[in-house]
Parts: sequence; structure tokens; C-alpha cells
Amino acid sequence: MRRLRALLLKEFIQMKRDRLTFAMMVGLPIIQLLVFGFAINTDVKHLSTVVFDQSLQQESRDLLGAFTASEYFDIKYTARSYQEVADIIEQGKAKVGIIIPPDFSDSIKHSRSAAVQVIVDASDSMAASSAISTAQLIGQLKSEEILVKKLQAAGAQKPARPYDIRIRPWYNPDLVSAFYMVPGILGIILTMTMVMITSMAIVRERERGTLEQLIVTPLKSYELMLGKIIPYIFVGYIQATLALAVGIVVFDLPMQGSLALLYGLTTLFIVASLALGILISTVTRTQMQAMQLSFFIFLPSILLSGFMFPREAMPDFFRMIGYLLPLTYYLEIMRGIVLKGVGVSFLWTQILALCVFITVMLTVSILKFQKRLV
Amino acid sequence: MIRLEHVTKSFHGRRAVDAVSLTMHPGEIFGIVGPDGAGKTTVMRLIAGLLRADKGNITVLGSQNIENVKDSLGYVPQKFSLYGDLTVLENIRVVGALYGRSDADLMHKATEVLAFTKLLPFAHRLADHLSGGMKQKLALAAGLMHQPKLFLLDEPTTGVDPVSRREFWQMLYQLNHTGTTIVVSTPYMDEAELCSRIAFMHSGRVVACASPRELTASYPYKLVEVQTTDRRVKSCLTGLVRDVNVFGDKLHLSLEDAASVLPAIRERLMAAGFGNIPLREVPPTLEDIFVAMAGEVG
Repeated sequence: MRRLRALLLKEFIQMKRDRLTFAMMVGLPIIQLLVFGFAINTDVKHLSTVVFDQSLQQESRDLLGAFTASEYFDIKYTARSYQEVADIIEQGKAKVGIIIPPDFSDSIKHSRSAAVQVIVDASDSMAASSAISTAQLIGQLKSEEILVKKLQAAGAQKPARPYDIRIRPWYNPDLVSAFYMVPGILGIILTMTMVMITSMAIVRERERGTLEQLIVTPLKSYELMLGKIIPYIFVGYIQATLALAVGIVVFDLPMQGSLALLYGLTTLFIVASLALGILISTVTRTQMQAMQLSFFIFLPSILLSGFMFPREAMPDFFRMIGYLLPLTYYLEIMRGIVLKGVGVSFLWTQILALCVFITVMLTVSILKFQKRLV
Repeated sequence: MIRLEHVTKSFHGRRAVDAVSLTMHPGEIFGIVGPDGAGKTTVMRLIAGLLRADKGNITVLGSQNIENVKDSLGYVPQKFSLYGDLTVLENIRVVGALYGRSDADLMHKATEVLAFTKLLPFAHRLADHLSGGMKQKLALAAGLMHQPKLFLLDEPTTGVDPVSRREFWQMLYQLNHTGTTIVVSTPYMDEAELCSRIAFMHSGRVVACASPRELTASYPYKLVEVQTTDRRVKSCLTGLVRDVNVFGDKLHLSLEDAASVLPAIRERLMAAGFGNIPLREVPPTLEDIFVAMAGEVG
């Protein structure tokens, strides 16, 4: 116990002396949360649009008005030829081109189908799918509107819609991206700093030669591991608290569930990330290697955990890899507690998974770490 | 106290320590002496349990498992291994606590150890801001926090100025007087003379192990000192002397028998135009002995 306390004291003194690192550990979560919270918006709106309106009648203006009103399309350019539309899209000035034929109004008046071409730059698939679905929706709504008008003009009653699908987006009714992103970013920030810091922890002592002094003392391997983990649980708490505060104050994040439960389970996730870092630190020989190995963990954490892309869409193999990452479980926990307000009874699987992860990582680290130099 | 039996350790196929057998007794200042790359540090690390031997047995303080005796073992590594971003006092308190000392005990012992190593005025200075000699004293102080019975020091005075070196050795003597067994490695022959027993190491092997006096007595040749550094002396004396070594501003000629060949040497030197340079028979230093022994091993 005295040995562990000595080690902890040493870690805290070093943390206190290294002001820059500490400032970064505290400042980074705030900055990253602000940047990503505002920047990442999966709902792609205000796409720059070029229009080639050959009809220039009331009907075409009406349709273009519907496109603008949707807020998905900003008409920035008016072209005078098909070639000009192609050029503007090719130059990247516009993502969408709308081409209205000369006989547009006539076709509508004579009850023929009026073709409108919508060209989408699909090199950015997220923007493209957003534009495509909105354009289709606008087309359907406008068609329906005209049909209804015509039927009424012919003396028929306004018909009832055959289907009425009513959608209720639970947990995030306004589909605010930030609600979905902020808990995720918190998880990413914790993963990054926790894994990175501890992956350096033991290997740094090895590189600086201070491990030599530690090894000759009666210090036990598990005491060394705990001495490296415990101080950073506090850092993790500070980060989580700051990130949550920013989420609630700046992004109006609803806090539906129990804060105590959230902190309890955050501890579990912090320890899991630290344990992963410790394992990296025991298998690598230089800080450079440790850094590279940590980055090797980050990318799958960002891409496969469900932070950016829905896990349901992934092929089985990659979804399974996601199950090996603590972040996957933490995101489910975070979104569950913050957005859905669920209690511990719904989160047993995730809690169990994190506990297994911690046990395996620490056991392997302790077994792998030899109190020797080479 | 320490017994090494046929200990071998290789790195990447190269034998750093080759079938070394040594015994160190309680109360000794035991010196492991040899040039860089002789295997001194590897032997020290093997004893301290930092490395595991490929072959052979190591018994330290009666135990083959180093973990059992770490409480009685002090070790000062060759490279400064304390924390540069901690102060002198913080460093030795951490080390003391790692050996299980209680808080009350810690402060008392830290003051005592710092007073002994004359570091008390620098107690609150960061270790990074100490000079090389003071860093070594700090390492010594840290190693003393748990009053080890056996104290291993790996080249503690390499890169340290002569005054600090002398101070350092005075401290080692004081420790030895209070009953601490000391094992120290050094490349310096003048420090070897200060040990009660030494092991000469060369290319991973122990070429001799005895007290400095015994080693001097066992030197089978006669030594003649010549007051010149002219290397031509060597070629003009071929056949008369067995070896010529540079010794500062002098040359040491190693002879099978001084009485019989000395006149012949004088004659040859005169003939070669060196004039009547002084020749003087001298007792061998440890360096002469080491050079002779290393030469025999090859």
C-alpha cells in the first residue's frame, strides 16, 4: 500500500509539473467538443445549386420556389445552357443542377408528365443522398398538389390519402445532430486521451531509464499498473465533466437519465481505456511504437463503434470487430442514459462487456510485464 | 553474499558475459574492472535481477530468487534513473517509500541520507538541474534510503570530475565501515586500487580475481619506465622486450628479466640516437597487469 501510494504521489507531482500536458488534457475536450459539435452535421442542407430554367413561367418558378423553401438547395447560379450547368458542377461551384425543359408549363397545362432533370454530384455520397431524397420528395408533393387542384377543378371532392404514415422520432424529436454527436465525441475524447496517456506511461519509464530503478525495488507488477491507472481516472473525470457541461450548456443536451449512473459507468469506460493503454505500453519498447499502436486503435474506434456510421449497416465481420472496442459499449451506454434516460437494468450487457474487457486487458498486461530490462 | 556460477548471457548471438564464476564476500568493496564492452554492466544487471542469465546460477544474499532479497539490495544504475522532474527530496522519498518506509521514518532518513551525501542544500532543486556529480550523489542517496546490506554501483563515477570522484569514494568507504558490502564496477584502474578485491573482465570473461596486492605480487615480469613517448622505441627494441605500452608521457617496457637485458636496451637506444634517456625499474600498476592479462587471453 505504501509502495502504491508513493507511485501515485510521484505521478501526481509529475502531472502537476508538466503544465502543458495537463492544460491540453483539460482544454482539448472543450475545444474538440465545440468544433465537432458545431461542424459535424449529418443532415446536409444548403447545397449550392445551379438552375437552367428554359421555361421561365409561373409553374417553373413555383417548383424552384419549393426547392429553395426546403432549405436543402441554395440557388446560387443561373445557367443559360446545359453545357454551362455541367461546367459549374464540374468546377465544384455547385453540387446540384436543376434543368427545366422549355415545354415545362405546357406539359403541366396539358396534363402531360413534365420532366425535370436533377443532376447530383455524387462524389460526396452523404450530400448526394440528402439531395436525391429531398428532390424526390419535392417532386411527389408538388405532383400531388397539382393533381388535387385538377381534381377539385373537375368538381371532385378533395380525396383522402390512401396511406397516412405518421413518423415519431423518439429520443431526439427534432433530429438535432449534436444530441447524437456530443455523447459520441465525449467517448472519442476519453478514448484518445486515456489510451494515449497510458500507452506512453510504462514505455516512457523504459525509454528514460527510470524503469531500471523501479525494477530493482520490491514494487509488484500490479502495483506499477495501478499506479499508472489511478491518477488518470481523475483526469478522465475532469474531461467527462467538462465535456458534459459544454454539451448541456452549449448544445442543450437533454440529460434524461441518472447522472450518478452515467458517472459510474463512465468510470468503467475510463478504466477500460486505461487498461488498453497499459497493454500497449507493456508490449511496445519505444514511445513512438506506443503512439503508432494507439492510433491503430483510434481509427476503428471512430469508424466501427457507431460514432460516425450506424453499426447496423456494417458487414457482420466488421460489426464483430466493433464488439472488441470499449467505445462501442460506451456509446450505447451514453446515448441510452443521456437521450433515452434508461436505467441500469437495460445496460447489463454493456456493463458486463466492459468488465470482461478490463479484466482481460489487465491480466494480460500483468502477465506480459516482466520485471526485467530486456 | 553473491555467488555467480558459470553465468552466461548473450545479446543477439554475441556473448556479453561468458561463463563467469565469482564469489563476493560480506564486508568487501568488490571491484569489477575492465574496459568498455567487457561485460561489467551486464554482470551488475544480472546480479540486480534486471536480466536473466541464459546459463548458470546466481545466488544473492542466500537466495536464487532476487525478488525475495530486494529489500536488502541497493542498486545505482550506470545511467541516471531517477525522475528529472522531481526534486532531490521528492526523488529519494519516493524511492524510500517504494521500499516500504513509513512517512515519519521517511523524512528522518531522507535528512540523514542527504546530509551524508552533502545534498541537503539542494533538497528542493529539480534533479534535472543538478550537475553530473551531484546526480550521481543523488542516485547514491536514493540507493541508501532502505539501508541495504548489499550495495551495487554500476560505473558510478564515469563522467564525474576528479574532486567529486574522490568524495564519492570517501562515501563508499564510510558505508563499507558501517557494514555495507559494496560491489562497484569501474573502467578506471586508479579506482580499482581502492577496492578490497577486484575481478578483471575482458571480452565477457573474468581474467583474474584477487586483491590488488595479490595481483601486483603475481606479475611475472619486470617493468622499466622510459621517459619518452617516441613510438620508435618499440621497433628499435624488438626482440629484447616482450611488450611496450604508453603510460601518460612515459613508456612502460615489460621484460622477462630486467638485470640481463637492461644494458642491451641502453645500448640499442644509444645506437638509435635516443641519447642517454633515463631508464628506471618500477613496480607494476594494475593497468600493467591488466594489459598483460588481456594480452594473454587475446
